[in-house]
Amino acid sequence: MSKIGVFVCHCGENISATVDCVKVAETAGRYEGVTFSVDYKYMCSDPGQSIIKNAIIEKGLTGVVVASCSPRMHEPTFRKACAEAGLNPYMCEMANLREHCSWVHEKGEATTEKAIDLVRILVEKVKYNQSLNAIKVPVTKTALVIGGGIAGIQASLDIANAGHKVILIEKDPSIGGHMSQLSETFPTLDCSQCILTPRMVEVAQHPNITLYTYAELESLEGFIGNFKAKIRRKSKSLDEKICTGCGLCTTKCPNKKIPSEFNEGLGTRTAIYVPFPQAVPNKPVIDRIHCTYYIKGKCRICEKVCPTQAIRFDQEDQIVETEIGAIVIATGFAVKQTDFFPEYGYGKYPDIITGLQFERLASASGPTLGEIRRPSDGKIPEKIVFLACAGSRDEAKGIPYCSKICCMYIAKHAMLYQHKVHGGKSYVFYMDIRAGGKMYEEFVRRAIEDDGVNYIRGRVSRIYEKNGKLIVKGADTLLGGIPVEIEADMVVLATAGVANEGAEELAQKLHVSYDSYHFFAEAHPKLKPVETNTAGIFLAGACQAPRDIPESVSMASGAAVKVAGLFSQDELTREPLIAVVNRQAAPVYSSCVGCFLCVSACPYQAIEKEEIKNRNGEVIKSIAKVNPGLCQGCGTCVAFCRTKSIDIQGYTHEQMYSEVMALLNEY
Amino acid sequence: MTLGFYPGCSLKGSSREYAESVLAVAETFGITMQEISDWNCCGATAAHNLNRDLSLALPARILALAEKQGLTEIVVPCAACYSRLTVTRYELSKDPALKAKISEINNMEFNGTISILNIIQMIDKYITPVLESRVVKPFDHKVACYYGCYLVRPHEILNFDREEDPQTMDELMLKIGATPIDWAYKTECCGAGLSVSRTKSVGRLSGKIIGDAKDRGAEAMIVVCPMCHSNLDMRRDSVNSYLGEKVDIPVLYVTQAIGLAVGIERKALALQRHFVKVTI
Repeated sequence: MSKIGVFVCHCGENISATVDCVKVAETAGRYEGVTFSVDYKYMCSDPGQSIIKNAIIEKGLTGVVVASCSPRMHEPTFRKACAEAGLNPYMCEMANLREHCSWVHEKGEATTEKAIDLVRILVEKVKYNQSLNAIKVPVTKTALVIGGGIAGIQASLDIANAGHKVILIEKDPSIGGHMSQLSETFPTLDCSQCILTPRMVEVAQHPNITLYTYAELESLEGFIGNFKAKIRRKSKSLDEKICTGCGLCTTKCPNKKIPSEFNEGLGTRTAIYVPFPQAVPNKPVIDRIHCTYYIKGKCRICEKVCPTQAIRFDQEDQIVETEIGAIVIATGFAVKQTDFFPEYGYGKYPDIITGLQFERLASASGPTLGEIRRPSDGKIPEKIVFLACAGSRDEAKGIPYCSKICCMYIAKHAMLYQHKVHGGKSYVFYMDIRAGGKMYEEFVRRAIEDDGVNYIRGRVSRIYEKNGKLIVKGADTLLGGIPVEIEADMVVLATAGVANEGAEELAQKLHVSYDSYHFFAEAHPKLKPVETNTAGIFLAGACQAPRDIPESVSMASGAAVKVAGLFSQDELTREPLIAVVNRQAAPVYSSCVGCFLCVSACPYQAIEKEEIKNRNGEVIKSIAKVNPGLCQGCGTCVAFCRTKSIDIQGYTHEQMYSEVMALLNEY
Repeated sequence: MTLGFYPGCSLKGSSREYAESVLAVAETFGITMQEISDWNCCGATAAHNLNRDLSLALPARILALAEKQGLTEIVVPCAACYSRLTVTRYELSKDPALKAKISEINNMEFNGTISILNIIQMIDKYITPVLESRVVKPFDHKVACYYGCYLVRPHEILNFDREEDPQTMDELMLKIGATPIDWAYKTECCGAGLSVSRTKSVGRLSGKIIGDAKDRGAEAMIVVCPMCHSNLDMRRDSVNSYLGEKVDIPVLYVTQAIGLAVGIERKALALQRHFVKVTI
């Protein structure tokens, strides 16, 4: 005979404002099997939990129903309280009176009736609950960091310095990411490479970090603490162990006109190349799409000149299989290109460039060695226009959000231009100046007041070329919307920061969620900003939303702490809410008839065949068996099973039927 | 082959040369244009500024008439009419209640089965496939294709060409041997209805268009809209006084340029009706 306690929570006024909690508790107290029922203002508080614990001990309760908020909120709290009072935690169920009732309905009789129903079905369910024990699983103390930009670098170093192994994979030939492309960084104007390259070297030399560049995640299986990753190491056509990085091959390669990705197309590179002189690792790869040998079958000049014979034309991609316990996604972002803007010429004017291209022009390691020269003819622009919000905050362009970093880098660009081109005139068209950050506003004021950058509040409707000038047509909305026309030599578009191409595909591979802009979704926008909804997978940097360097670094350190916290345990406990195939005494053994439909239905390959043998070792029956380490409790097999031989623990057929019958039966 | 034809008011009046050239080109390519019987005003810019129901009821009546008269495709050469008819079909097709209301106002059922072609779409569908083989006198001139506002906007409703830098007319001109120029004023405003009330503003707005075309060496402007045509052609005096010089680049309808290339009589194309003399 069940002895069930029902505990109705007011949740302050969250529930009691629309639900008559006293009536709910009174009604529940009259149900068969309920020996104790009570209502209280805050059941999750210390005194509230004490009410539950005391009732369990004093009344000898065999089951508990807490009628309060969503189990996502407080199920762990109440289960822990039950366990402390000696009741198996899985004998505790929650009726969600807040999200499912009081928050979504008006005050009234019907609302209280619904609350009563919700309690009743859980009372009936809990009568069939069984004691369960948490599953213990080991933790593989190696982290996988995807993406070698500043976020990935920071996360890797922090995890490695906490004493754990890290595998860092980067799709490009070098780590460094967008930060390595930047000239100087706001608001201090320190050189980006000067502060970044030491970190890159540290990654390469750290004993706890295994670095795979030119590598991508092929697939991922498993769960927190126990992932299995396949990593595709794309062929570099090079034996890295032999290569000394002398660079002779890159100087002799005859194919020299390939647009350089590192220089955002403003410079060229060879087919065998190191993306930039400070690359880590500083060894070349062959770009097979552009290499003459792979296209025409002839050339092999790099092979001939290599002093150590390190070139391997027949090298194949290598798949590395590895076990890991946690993942940090740090895949970064992309910027819209100029061809995204019909009103600014669909990308056909060479002197309209993106902010990232301007970074390359202003960078000492860039194609102009840091001189501001326009791409079309190499002239120094006497008049330059910067456009903030190119695409961002523009619903018509499908990018309603603020890209966040542009206001600051445009101020920096204009400032750098004024420092480098004396007598030059610079203009910034903006909607609002969003300079929230330490020393950010001061930085923008410096650009305006000390460096004489002309800020014009208004949008630009069109840019076209005439007589070698770019005509920028806009409006000054602070002067009543009067038209402004500027004859510029060069225009820089602060194009919107967007999710990387392939972000969606990677999210699906990792089973993490992403938002409507294809940025990876955090588990909670405020309280879980570096977690994903998938346990053991974390986020760092601009793959989650546009982020500047300090934010990316903070996020990376945050994610690293989460990983280190996970790795501080030797075992993880998992909820035992998994599938089981029933077993019975001989000669039936199980109601399973061995059709194995469940095997093909299981998305986690968690079901295998089990042979039941007699003493002579002869097979009497083959039945299905669920591997508790792999099962995620999704329930697909339950739906497939023709003989109802599989149950999800905690959600058995019996429990579900009793819930339905509780609603159907008149009480 | 027979296509429905909605001329609208302009093609019966100030831009009858557009109608004449459309019909002449159609005839040359064996297309019969069947004018919708008992058609009415499309509402133009006036109706939708005053009364939404009226602005939808007027075009809906035209479309309903066309459907009733057994037409499945109608050609609407005037860009403004094309816009009003297409917008109406779009609005009514996504809102059944509105459609019922408008049908009741008109006392005529509109089903939405009819398709609406602007002049470029009509040419692309029925003439372009054979156009090049029919060219007898290539239109060997540098031309500025001027699309105006109504032909390509709003894009989400018309779904025709690129709204900032449209190309369809340029491609058509290439086919008859012309050289379309790359210029900046393809879709800028000509001044539209201010033609009557503020002629000076039209002189400035259309002046910028003509000025840019001239600077880039255009020998002719090519248009598809009667309103654009009258501002660029009839208001040339105001344009020239804004520009401070006499610019005599003629303004041709797309059908006139095609007509010349395929050897239709100049008179049949009504070239003599323009204010700026067509000498090319």
